[in-house]
Amino acid sequence: MTDHDSWLIKGVTIPGGGEQGREEQTSILLTGESVAAVGPDLDHPGARILDAGGLIALPGLVDLHTHLREPGREDAETVETGTAAAALGGYTAVHAMANTDPVADTAGVVEQVWRLGRAAGHCDVQPVGAVTVGLAGARLAELGTMADSAARVRLFSDDGRCVSDPLLMRRALEYVKAFDGVIAQHAQDPRLTEGAQLNEGEMSARLGLAGWPAVAEEAIIARDCLLAAHVSSALHVCHVSTAGSAEIIRWAKSKGWPVTAEVTPHHLLLTDELAAGYDPVFKVNPPLRTKADVTELRRALADGTIDCVATDHAPHPVEAKETEWAEAAFGMTGLETALRVVHRAMVDTGLLDWAGVADRMSVRPARIGRLTGHGTPLTAGAPGHLTLYDPAAPAEAVTPAGASKSRNTPFAGMELPGRVVATFLRGVPTVLDGKLA
Amino acid sequence: MCAASSPVAGRDGVAVLDAEEIRRALTRIAHEILERTHGGDGVILLGIPTRGVPLARRLAARIGEFEGLDVPCGSLDVTMHRDDLRLHPARALGRTELPPGGVDAKTVVLVDDVLYSGRTVRAALDALNDLGRPRAVQLAVLVDRGHRELPIRPDYVGKNLPTSQREVVHVLLAEVDGQDGVMISDGGR
Amino acid sequence: MKRHLISAADLSRADAVLILDTAEELASLADRPIKKLPTLRGRTVVNLFYEDSTRTRISFEAAAKRLSADVINFSAKGSSVAKGESLKDTALTLEAMGADAVVIRHGASGAAHRLAEWVQGSVLNAGDGTHEHPTQALLDAFTIRRRLRGTGPSGARGAGLDGLRVTIVGDVLHSRVARSNVLLLSTLGAEVTLAAPPTLLPLAVGSWPCAVSYDLDSELAKSDVVMMLRVQQERMTAAYFPSVREYSRRYGLDAARMARLPGHAIVMHPGPMNRGVEIAAEVADSVRSTIVEQVANGVTTRMAVLYLLLGGMEFPATGVAQ
Repeated sequence: MTDHDSWLIKGVTIPGGGEQGREEQTSILLTGESVAAVGPDLDHPGARILDAGGLIALPGLVDLHTHLREPGREDAETVETGTAAAALGGYTAVHAMANTDPVADTAGVVEQVWRLGRAAGHCDVQPVGAVTVGLAGARLAELGTMADSAARVRLFSDDGRCVSDPLLMRRALEYVKAFDGVIAQHAQDPRLTEGAQLNEGEMSARLGLAGWPAVAEEAIIARDCLLAAHVSSALHVCHVSTAGSAEIIRWAKSKGWPVTAEVTPHHLLLTDELAAGYDPVFKVNPPLRTKADVTELRRALADGTIDCVATDHAPHPVEAKETEWAEAAFGMTGLETALRVVHRAMVDTGLLDWAGVADRMSVRPARIGRLTGHGTPLTAGAPGHLTLYDPAAPAEAVTPAGASKSRNTPFAGMELPGRVVATFLRGVPTVLDGKLA
Repeated sequence: MCAASSPVAGRDGVAVLDAEEIRRALTRIAHEILERTHGGDGVILLGIPTRGVPLARRLAARIGEFEGLDVPCGSLDVTMHRDDLRLHPARALGRTELPPGGVDAKTVVLVDDVLYSGRTVRAALDALNDLGRPRAVQLAVLVDRGHRELPIRPDYVGKNLPTSQREVVHVLLAEVDGQDGVMISDGGR
Repeated sequence: MKRHLISAADLSRADAVLILDTAEELASLADRPIKKLPTLRGRTVVNLFYEDSTRTRISFEAAAKRLSADVINFSAKGSSVAKGESLKDTALTLEAMGADAVVIRHGASGAAHRLAEWVQGSVLNAGDGTHEHPTQALLDAFTIRRRLRGTGPSGARGAGLDGLRVTIVGDVLHSRVARSNVLLLSTLGAEVTLAAPPTLLPLAVGSWPCAVSYDLDSELAKSDVVMMLRVQQERMTAAYFPSVREYSRRYGLDAARMARLPGHAIVMHPGPMNRGVEIAAEVADSVRSTIVEQVANGVTTRMAVLYLLLGGMEFPATGVAQ
C-alpha cells in the first residue's frame, strides 16, 4: 500500500450535519485509513489541503450491482477499467455480479475477482456469488465455500437470469441463513418473457417488438417475498422497474418481512418512449417502462420502500449495440453517471435531500451487502471512504467517452447536473478534481 | 388576389392578350391546322397538361364548327419523360388519355399554352415515342416566348411574345382559372 | 426519416392520396406496348432482402425496372450476410456502390430505421419484422379505391377512402401488414375494425385508431372490405389458440360467411394464403377476391413510391411542386 498522506478537506458541507447535527461548512481530517476528526477549525501540520468550498461530502458510495465482465468478457470491461469508472462516479465499493465466464460459482473465481480488485486499487470489489451452478437454475452452487473464501461472499445472485424454480429459491434462501447471506433475485418469469425486447405497452405494440410484461417481474417478487417470510431469510430484489413491484415490496415490508430492494438510475429517469428510433442503447433488462412507473419508483425510493440505488452497470462492446434491436445485447453503463442522475431525478425534484442520497447510495447498500467498513457516516473514527461532490456545477452534456471500456450509456448528449470532484478510499484519493488520481 | 380595372384581373402584371384576342388566335390556328393537314385528315389533338388540354379541346370544337369534322382529342402528360427530374422535387402526374385509335399512323398535333425552352415538347416527343408511331407530329402553342434551348420550333403560334428570362408569362384559361388572358410579370417566383 | 418510407405513419393524408393518384396514372402503363418510362434512368435501386420473399422482391424489381432504374438484388442466402456480416457493414458496402435507394426486407423490427442511419440514399421498408410494411398498405388502399371508388377517367382522383368500413381479420399481434394498414387506412378516412381472438391482439390496441371485435360474424354485414391475414401454424404451440380447427371455425372466412357480406364487398389477402385455414378456397377464387389484382397493383404502387421518393419528395410533404 502507498504512503498515507494526511488530507485536510476544508470548507465542505456534510449533509445530515455529521457530528454537529447541523449542515454547515466544516472540515474533515483524514489520517492513515480513517477519518481522524470532523470540525470547523481543524488544523494538521503536514496535511495536504483540499479546498472543498461549495462541495458536499458523502460517505463513499457503495454499488450493490455492477458487471465488471472479468473473467471472460474483457473486450467489454475489466476489473481495472470498471473500478476506475466506479471511482470517477464516487464509488468506494462495488459488488461484482457473478455472470462472468466462467461463472462465479466457485471459491476460485470469486477469489480471482477479489484479488483483481485489490490489485487495481480504485475501489473495493466485493464479488457476488452465483446462486446456482453455471446460472443454470438447476443446482445450488457452493454458497458456503464462497462465503468462507477470501472473498467472503455474502450476496448471492444469478443476475442476468431469474431463479425461477420456487423450490430452488426456497432452498437458497434457507441455506444462506447459516452465514448471514442474502439472495438477490433478478425477477423475471422466463415463460412470460420468452423473446421479450421492450416493456409490453403502447410502444411495443407500435414498434412491433415482443413485450416484456410488468407482471413477469411482479409475480416473481410477490412469490419471493412470501418465501423469504416463510423461511425467515433475507431477500434482496434487484433493479425494481415497475410501480406494481414497488407496491408489493411496500406491502411485504409493512408485514415486517426481511425484504430489501434496489432501483437503477436509468429506471428513475428514462421511459420506453426512447425506443422509438430502435436505438439499442436503450435496450436493457428489465426494460425501461412508463412515466407512471418512473414516478412511483421515485416515490418509493424517497420513502425508503426501495432501499437503495444500484447501477446495474452493464458494459457492452460497440458491435453488440450497433445492430438491429432484436440482435442487440441488453444493458447500459452507469457507474460514472449514477450520482448525477440521482441528483436530477431525486434531489432537483425535491423528493430526496443529500442526506437521503447518502443513505440510499452508501449506508443502506453497505448494510444490505453486509459490507463492514463501508457506508458509515462521516464522523471521527469512521473509515476514510468519502466522496466530494459539487452540486452546483453547471449542467453538462454526458459524453460516451469515460473510464469504462464501453460506450453504451443511454445518457449520451443529455445534460446532467453536478460533478464528482474527489473520491477517497481508505484515506487515499482515487479521484481528484474529477480525474483519476 | 387583387382586383384590377383592366379586363384581365388577377395577377400583378401587364396584360398582353385579352379574351377576345385569344379567341381570334385559336380560330386562326384551327384554320391553319385544317389548311396544312389537308382538311384535318388523320389528325388527333393531344394537349399537354395542364392548360394545353382545354386549349386542345377548344381547337377541336372550332374545327368541328368549321368543317363538321370530329377531331379526336386527348391529353399527354410528360412528367415522367422530363430531363430535369433531379433538379426539381417530384411533381404530381397529369392525365394521359389517348383517343381510341391511338397515335399510330396519325398526325399528332401537340397543344400547349407556352413554348419556352422546348424541353417540355422534347419530353412529349419521347413520351409519344413510347406510345406508338405517329405519321407526323406538329406543335401548336398559344404563346411563343422565345429562349429555345433545343432545336424545337412550333408549327402554329397564337402570339409571338419576346420576353426576358426574368419575366414570367401567365396564361389564364376559363376552364382552369375562371377567365381568359395572358399576362407578363416581372420576377415572380 | 424524411426521404424514406419506413412507416405508414410517415404519410399525411395528402401524401397518401398523391401516391394513389400517381399509381392510378401509372396503371395504364401495363396496357401499353412499351411498358417502360425513362424516369429513373441512371439511378440504382438495391433490393436488400434478408427474408425469403420472391413475390415482394419481384414486385419491387419490376417497379424499378419499368422506371428504367438499375436493379441490384442482394439476398441473404449464401451471401456475406450468411457468413455473419453485420447490417451496418452491408449498409456501408451499399453506400460505396452508390445506391440511390435501398429496399429492405428484414426479420427484425426496426431494421429499416437502423439502415436509414447508415446510408445516404432513400430507404424503403419492404417489411421489418412485425413492425410495418407500408407499400403493402398502399397497394391495399389502391386496390380498395379502384374497386369501390372507381378507376379511369371517371375515377377517384384526389379521393381517399372516406366512409369505407374495413375489417382486418387474424393475427394482428405479429402482423406488419395489419399495423401499416391500420395507420394508412385510417389516415385515408376509412373506418377500420380488427377482428381476432384476444391472444392475437396487442394489449395496447385500444390506443390504435381502430375498433376491435372478438366476433367476426357480427362485423360481416357492415364491412365493405374484409382483409384476411395469414395465420401461422406455429402460433398454436405458443398457445395463441388451441387448434387450427377452432381458429378456422371462429375466424376463417368460408363461403357461408362470404355470403353474408354486402353485395359490393371485397375480400383481400396480402398473401401467401393458407387455403382452408383463414380463407376457404372458394372465397379466394371468387369474384369478390382481389388477391390477384393486388399483385399487379403492387407493382404500380411501388412505381409511384419509387418515383416520388427518388424524385426528391420528402414525407410528410407540405406541398407539391406543380
